[in-house]
Amino acid sequence: MYDEKARVESIEKIISNTYLLRVYSPLIASVIKPGQFCNIKVSDSNFPLLRRPFSICEVEGNYLHFMFDVHGEGTRLLAKKNKNDFIDVLGPLGNGFTLNGEYTTAIIVAGGIGIAPFPFLIQKLSVDKKVACFFGGRSKENVIDYKMKNISIATDDGSEGFKGNVVQLLENEFHKFSDEKVRIFACGPTPMLKAIQDFSIKQNVDCQISTECAMACGFGICQGCPIESTEEDGYYLVCKDGPVFDSKKVKL
Amino acid sequence: MNQKDLSVQIGGLHLKNPVLLASGTVGYGNEISKFTDISQLGGIVTKSLSLKPRRGNPPPRIVETPSGMLNAIGLANVGVEVFIKEKIPFLKELNTTIICNIAASSLEEYVECTKILESYDTINAFEINVSCPNVKEGGLIFGNDLDWVGRITEKVRAVTKKTLIIKLSPNVSKISDFAKIVKEEGGDAVSAINTLVGTAFDIWTRKPKIKNITGGLSGPAIKPVALAKVLEIKRNVDIPIIGIGGIMNWQDAVEFMITGASAIQIGTVNFINPNAGVEIVNGLNTYCEKLSLNRLSDIIGSFRL
Repeated sequence: MYDEKARVESIEKIISNTYLLRVYSPLIASVIKPGQFCNIKVSDSNFPLLRRPFSICEVEGNYLHFMFDVHGEGTRLLAKKNKNDFIDVLGPLGNGFTLNGEYTTAIIVAGGIGIAPFPFLIQKLSVDKKVACFFGGRSKENVIDYKMKNISIATDDGSEGFKGNVVQLLENEFHKFSDEKVRIFACGPTPMLKAIQDFSIKQNVDCQISTECAMACGFGICQGCPIESTEEDGYYLVCKDGPVFDSKKVKL
Repeated sequence: MNQKDLSVQIGGLHLKNPVLLASGTVGYGNEISKFTDISQLGGIVTKSLSLKPRRGNPPPRIVETPSGMLNAIGLANVGVEVFIKEKIPFLKELNTTIICNIAASSLEEYVECTKILESYDTINAFEINVSCPNVKEGGLIFGNDLDWVGRITEKVRAVTKKTLIIKLSPNVSKISDFAKIVKEEGGDAVSAINTLVGTAFDIWTRKPKIKNITGGLSGPAIKPVALAKVLEIKRNVDIPIIGIGGIMNWQDAVEFMITGASAIQIGTVNFINPNAGVEIVNGLNTYCEKLSLNRLSDIIGSFRL
């Protein structure tokens, strides 16, 4: 794990409220894995005080890419960074997705900005694995298909693709994978994760979910990000034990 | 860099420098050791221990506020037994002073925990938490009550020869009265301050932003309050003070020492800059060089009014 002063290379708007940030961060870039995250200090001042966690979107050589929505003060400041500004990046943190294993098709299920970790996952999947992506958003303007493969889209208002949520779309399409051994990788809002958790348990398929929680430190010392365990009477920490969990292991 | 004498004394406890990592912000040392060299610090104060493990409060446990944060972790901890078996072996190798923080729900539990841990040489001192704002039993109920703080100090004192520090609550009308009773009952030092009770609400859902409704406020927002409490104790009671509250850098640490703190603890800053402790130690050394001070301890309580 490193605390690296990373130089901003570029920041671009992908769609209305979603940005892609590229920073030069060779130490973290050399070791980070899909599904892991970095905790970023967006200012030099006490405003905002805490770091902001972002999952890794992609790695290109010495560069880290982060995809984020402008949501509050921290992301608003981040979106205003200029080339050659420096930001303080702590990472890699947490446990990422498990890519190895006996499956033939990786099914990616993403809700909104939950798509962020998947370009890197697709990049790192071994060539013999097939990929199918399912994306859900509120409407046409919110659809993000950045570096996705075989994408099927659901929108709440039906302005693009299937009208409904992304898990309903997957349920409709799931028969297409009857000859495949699948593993689901999911990231998105908690109600979506809960639906995909129920679906994967019903279908008895492997499912890894990337969870989200407000956190301070990002590496286990503040204990601010508990998630309930299904196995024992207690909590995991999203930052240290997650953020990616086998969907059977956590209560959402 | 010319190495100055940064050592300080807390009762019988000698610290190589005054920078301690505060309880509840460093776990038991293992995670933060990946980002910083703990051996360069004056010491660490381990996460509050209770006799039995505690799972802590349900989420959300924390929320950011202007220049600060609220937390209601709820003293999640592994309990004394696991601490001895799994954490002490790691702490033993850290080559720094280990202060063990104890939080309990009854007088008997404070005494029992201290008794069990007394025989472990790895532990150099005890810090008794009578001021956690986030648990139902114990915590602030003790910290707000002079008699309870006196009795806890007396009974724990009776079972330990190690340095005994009582961590005081700022959520009282006169903190120096509490420091006074700690001294009278045989405590060696006080830590001041624990977090301030605060809350935050979402204006759209009208719900509290942390599940526990109230939490403890920490970070730079509380520094002026903490300094005033340290000064109040210093001017009224002759007892070593460990200053805590919103310290982010060496300048803040110096300010606390001038107002009367013999040592300081850093907490919230560890979440933002896990190497802050080492940076503060280096900054203190530079400060001594600039002022041609041979001993940092000369500045303790050196305020001019």
